[in-house]
This record gives sequence, structure tokens and C-alpha cells, in this order.
Amino acid sequence: MQDGREAAGEASVKLEILKALNAERVARRAAVVVTDVATGAQRFVAAKNVAADPLAELLMQHLRTGKSAMAETAEGKVFLTVHVPPPRLVAVGAVHISQALAPIAQLLGYDVTIVDPRTAFATPERFPDVPVIAEWPDVALPPLNVDRYTAFVALTHDPKIDDPALLHALARDCFYVGALGSRKTHARRVERLAAQGLDEATIARIHAPIGLAIGAVSPPEIAVSIMAEITARLRQAGERQASEKQAGGASPKGAAPAVARAVP
Amino acid sequence: MLARDEDILEAAQSWRSAGKGVALATVVETWGSAPRPVGSNLVIDDAGNFLGSVSGGCVEGAVVAEALDVIESGAPKMLEFGVADEAAWKVGLSCGGTIRVFVEKVE
Repeated sequence: MQDGREAAGEASVKLEILKALNAERVARRAAVVVTDVATGAQRFVAAKNVAADPLAELLMQHLRTGKSAMAETAEGKVFLTVHVPPPRLVAVGAVHISQALAPIAQLLGYDVTIVDPRTAFATPERFPDVPVIAEWPDVALPPLNVDRYTAFVALTHDPKIDDPALLHALARDCFYVGALGSRKTHARRVERLAAQGLDEATIARIHAPIGLAIGAVSPPEIAVSIMAEITARLRQAGERQASEKQAGGASPKGAAPAVARAVP
Repeated sequence: MLARDEDILEAAQSWRSAGKGVALATVVETWGSAPRPVGSNLVIDDAGNFLGSVSGGCVEGAVVAEALDVIESGAPKMLEFGVADEAAWKVGLSCGGTIRVFVEKVE
């Protein structure tokens, strides 16, 4: 980082910072660019190097929330450009809902991958613009490296496929985990997952029945309700955790305040 | 195709690597209701081509014009847009908010 700061005055440093930033983004790693707004001097701080930075505490705080912001520091007024990996959506089930879900999610900026071992479902004809992996979750999922920037949905209705996929997503700490199925279906799923040794709090992280309650009927409408719920989880997670803390814990689902964000 | 945040930064890198003059505009502060969040980017080349957005389309034209100056001079600029600045900038945000946009040259 010291190097970055010394180099900040040199020509081409901004292009170097852009290159480093884009490389971290491709590798799905977080990073911060610190810009002195008075001079335009910049330094690039990869997430793994944050602890050694003079502004470590501030940078860590912003990496946690993922929010860029202006800040008054000992170095003067700086702008922190915070880059966290773009969200991903992994859908297990190459079903009718997924055919609508994939393009909506892509429009919202998600990298989408579909997994379904049933080769009749998992065809490029049904999913022309999305990678489709026709393998069982135990084979397909580990190489995908799903992470906390991944939303994960299980849509097959088949416990043989959905259950192992959900176990994987929960273990990888995906920011959203949802499963298709009625309350009754989900109650049976909860029993099965508990029998596999999953604790109550972990099971409660599954959003089921999946999607916001907007009365969705058709597969595209259900896809909209799912993406709306995922968006709420992505954008309101920090606020919700804060409000849960204040309220001394709230239900794991539907607790997010329905506050409209800055809209023109 | 709709530009994503990473596409904008990749464009900034590839335009600059191709030898074009390039400026990057970033929303650094917002007050009231603002159309794009802090951190949103607009990349501009020396021919006035641009990708991304810093508002709902209200002030991009003015930012592009300022960016051409920044590309030429190399000195960064801080721009402010809001209802109160309508007279000064001849453009404003119809949503009633205020935004501050930092424009820097990619060197």
C-alpha cells in the first residue's frame, strides 16, 4: 500500500489501479480504492491487504457494508470506492420458473448458472444464454465456489436434488438461500434437514415458501417474486440486522422494512 | 446491452489501453433523493463517447462536457448538481436531490 501511495503521483498509475481492480473483480475478491479528493492521488487496497493499511479500520467497515462513501480521515478528505464481487445466482432446477428467472436475474446484474442432473430439463435450447450444468449437485456445485455474494435457489421439488444443494449453499454462507415448495413441503424438508444434523437457526435461513408474497401465479411472476426477495436481502441485509438487534431478534424472514430507497 | 458496473470499469481500462484519452466520473456524495447511489460510474472518452451513468440522464451531458476538459488538462474536478445549481450549470436534477460528482483523468 505504501508502494501504491508513492506511485500515486506517477503517470499511468490510474490505469494500473484500474487493471488491479478489474483483476480482483474477475477473481471475485473485494477491494477498495482510496482517492484523495483534493489532489486526485489514489491507492488500491485489495481486501487481503486491508489490515496493513493506515486506514484499516475504516476500510474494513466499508468492505463489510459494501458501500462507497466520502470520509474525513487523518489523511484528509478521501473518497472510498468499495468494490465487492458482483452478485451471482445459482439455480438448482432447470425448470419453467428458471427459464424466466435467468433473464430477469441477468438484467439485474447477476451472473447466472443453472444446475440440474435431469438432462431432459438441462438443455441449451431451454436456456440459450445461461451456462447449464447437467450434473448432480455434489458434482456441479463444488467447482462453482459459491460464496457470500451468491444467491442460491433450489427449484426442482425433488428432495434428492434440492436437499444436498441446500446443505451446500448453507455451508457456503450464501447471502440468500431459497427453496420452492408449499409450507407443507417445507415442513417435511425441515424435518429431513434436521435429521441430517442441521440446527434450527441454520435451517431458518432458508427462505420458504420462496419469494415475496405478491400473489404470483405464473412462472415469470414467481421469478419476479424470487428476484424481489433476493434484492431485499442484498440491499437491506445491513439495515435488517441492525433493526433485529434493536428489536432483540426478529423472525428470520420478512423482517426487512419495506422502505423505498432513494428514488428520483 | 445494459452496462454493468464492472463493464464500465473494464471499458475505462480498455479505452485507455487503446490509447484514447479517458475520464472517469464517480458519484461521491448525494443529498436527498438521488437517482444513482454513491460509487456509480460514468466513463468518458476524448471523442465524447460514454458508458454508465451518474444520474437518471439529467446531468450526463454536462458531466461529459466537463470530462473533456479534465482529459485535456489532467486536473480532477468536483462537480455539484442540484436544484440550487440550475442557474450555474444550466442542468439540474428533476428529483430535487443534490449530487457531487468527482471527475478524474485515467492516466
